Amino acid sequence: MATVELTDLVTQYPNGVRGVDGVDLAIADGEFFALLGPSGCGKTTLLRTLAGLEGATEGRVRIGERDVTALEPGERDVAMVFQDYALFPHMTVSENIAYPLRIQKVARGEREERARESADPLSLGALLERRPAQLSGGQQQRVALARAIACHPQVFLFDEPLSNLDARLRLEARTFLKQLQRRLGVTTVFVTHDQAEALAMSDRMAVMEAGRIRQVGTPREVFQRPASLFVANFIGATPMNLLEGAVRGGRIDLGGVSVPLPAGHSGLGDGERVVWGVRPEYVATAGDGVPADEVVEGEVSAVENLGVTVLVTVAVGGRDGEEGVEVRAVLPEDDEPEVGARLRLHPQTARVLLYRADDDGALVEP
Amino acid sequence: MNPVVRTLLSRVGGYVGACLLVVFFALPLLWLVLTPFTPNPTYRASLSGVTLDNFRALVDNPQVWPSIRNSLVLAGGSALLVVALAALAAYALSRVRVPGRDQLLYALLLLSSIVTGTAAMVPLFLMLFQLGLIDRQVGVVLVLTGGLLPAAVFMLKDFVDSVPRSYEESARVFGAKPNQVLRHVVLPVIRPGMATVGVWALVQVWGNFLVPYVLLANPSKQPAAVVMYTFYDAGGQPDFALISTFALVYSVPVVLLYLVVNRRYGFAFQGGIKG
Ligand SMILES: Nc1ncnc2c1ncn2[C@@H]1O[C@H](COP(=O)(O)OP(=O)(O)OP(=O)(O)O)[C@@H](O)[C@H]1O
Ligand SMILES: [Mg+2]
Repeated sequence: MATVELTDLVTQYPNGVRGVDGVDLAIADGEFFALLGPSGCGKTTLLRTLAGLEGATEGRVRIGERDVTALEPGERDVAMVFQDYALFPHMTVSENIAYPLRIQKVARGEREERARESADPLSLGALLERRPAQLSGGQQQRVALARAIACHPQVFLFDEPLSNLDARLRLEARTFLKQLQRRLGVTTVFVTHDQAEALAMSDRMAVMEAGRIRQVGTPREVFQRPASLFVANFIGATPMNLLEGAVRGGRIDLGGVSVPLPAGHSGLGDGERVVWGVRPEYVATAGDGVPADEVVEGEVSAVENLGVTVLVTVAVGGRDGEEGVEVRAVLPEDDEPEVGARLRLHPQTARVLLYRADDDGALVEP
Repeated sequence: MNPVVRTLLSRVGGYVGACLLVVFFALPLLWLVLTPFTPNPTYRASLSGVTLDNFRALVDNPQVWPSIRNSLVLAGGSALLVVALAALAAYALSRVRVPGRDQLLYALLLLSSIVTGTAAMVPLFLMLFQLGLIDRQVGVVLVLTGGLLPAAVFMLKDFVDSVPRSYEESARVFGAKPNQVLRHVVLPVIRPGMATVGVWALVQVWGNFLVPYVLLANPSKQPAAVVMYTFYDAGGQPDFALISTFALVYSVPVVLLYLVVNRRYGFAFQGGIKG
């Protein structure tokens, strides 16, 4: 098993695009690490640079005690599962799984033995003589995993291995993959553009944008305290409430409505522009005991059913020709309001985050 | 007109047309199959009494079997060479970025029809003469291979293009060396393409008359396509009995090969991986 360390890593394509643009990252031994980001942000490029399929333009890659920056992919002791699984169509499942061993010149008998060993826990035992074209997507994915496991690597590299599965199978595969990784204890880098997947599976995760890492942390840290507006926008099943306003008299004026300044932010000067952010899950309907100056009131403009909860959009302010703002809240299904009804909302001030209203959108630390 | 009658008429018309077309194409085939068994063959396809005398005459002819063997050597050698070289070239052209690659391929494709065509025969003859390859089967194989290669590369590149790169990359990550990637992954995946191109090349050479006719002087080295040309009697009349029988025997290997390859790989005229 091994740690993975990236220092000042840059990967530039021949056309000048920097797929990875200055990444520093340390992944601990045995960690399940997720790389999350929107399409085109360089996740695959980073993973391929780790595997050696792309050469690093600058910086170093270390796996365990070794500097592998200049090594061939086959010398790095990693196993990669591709997004399309890359199972060899002319080989049976058993031959596919045993292929890494064939390269390592393991004798045929032992190869078959070990292929069976990695296949059995993934319930592939009955499929060993089939060809990849005769398998379902989920089975193909497990064959690709078994092949990666069979070569006993130091590090697993997974490039969106669940994205070809349907929603239901994906959830099952998520749990399964997590348990498997726990059991094997192999350091794993997992690329995904699905924030729920990253939050659910990883020990730690990194959020990427345009070839750079924007935040590294445990899923809880990233979910609760996104370090920038970009991360705040990207993380979460429902989009976070992010409203621009100005500090005025110890409160924040969001245009048509004012909300309390969260604790620890009294240092902000009057008139300073900030972005007020709170997750819809942390906005509730205001009961009678809630102080009036913490209540946001408006008219329900949309209601979306999320299953056991509803996502309610409330148009706030906007009277007297002023432009209004929209606040979203996730409410229990029993509290589902009518569209057009007036609703009093209570954003939990302790959960409110403030961001600078500039291009970086950095979190304002208390 | 009554619509029922109209559909009926159009359908009858369609069938009659199809039948005429079938007859048009089937007659020569019928001639090919029937004539060897008739005692006194002419241009007509008729079966007036069955006989195997023609086959006996063919077997007794001293030129026939060596010429078939020569055909096999020339066609087999060229096909193997074409497939081997075209597979390597197609892989390289598909995976390495060469500026102007497509233009190069199209230019070669256009020029290749000249190599085995009539116009190039004199320069080819001179060139082979200086190389000392006249009247040698190697010379014929090389010329025909050269003529067929561009089209073969073109067809095979299409197959290689359709092989996802992730196959090769996956093998590389597991530690496969470039030649292992080629042997274990790329070649097996494009094997149906190689089979198709191989049969195509074989048929091209099998039926080629001009190149061996010009480049081979010794009758004992000439292939069947050339030898058949010599089956005329003293008066310049074609010896139908011998020619028709020979033609049938001559077409058997190609048909067999087609059946075998088709059974194993199925013919595919463009790259494609199922599933
Ligand atoms: N072979 C290549 N040549 C040139 N540019 C490339 C190449 N591959 C990717 N890029 C560019 O590099 C950037 C990062 O691409 P990458 O494939 O790493 O993104 P990604 O995060 O994996 O996206 P996705 O979620 O869509 O898979 C993109 O802008 C892309 O256009
Ligand atoms: Mg990608």
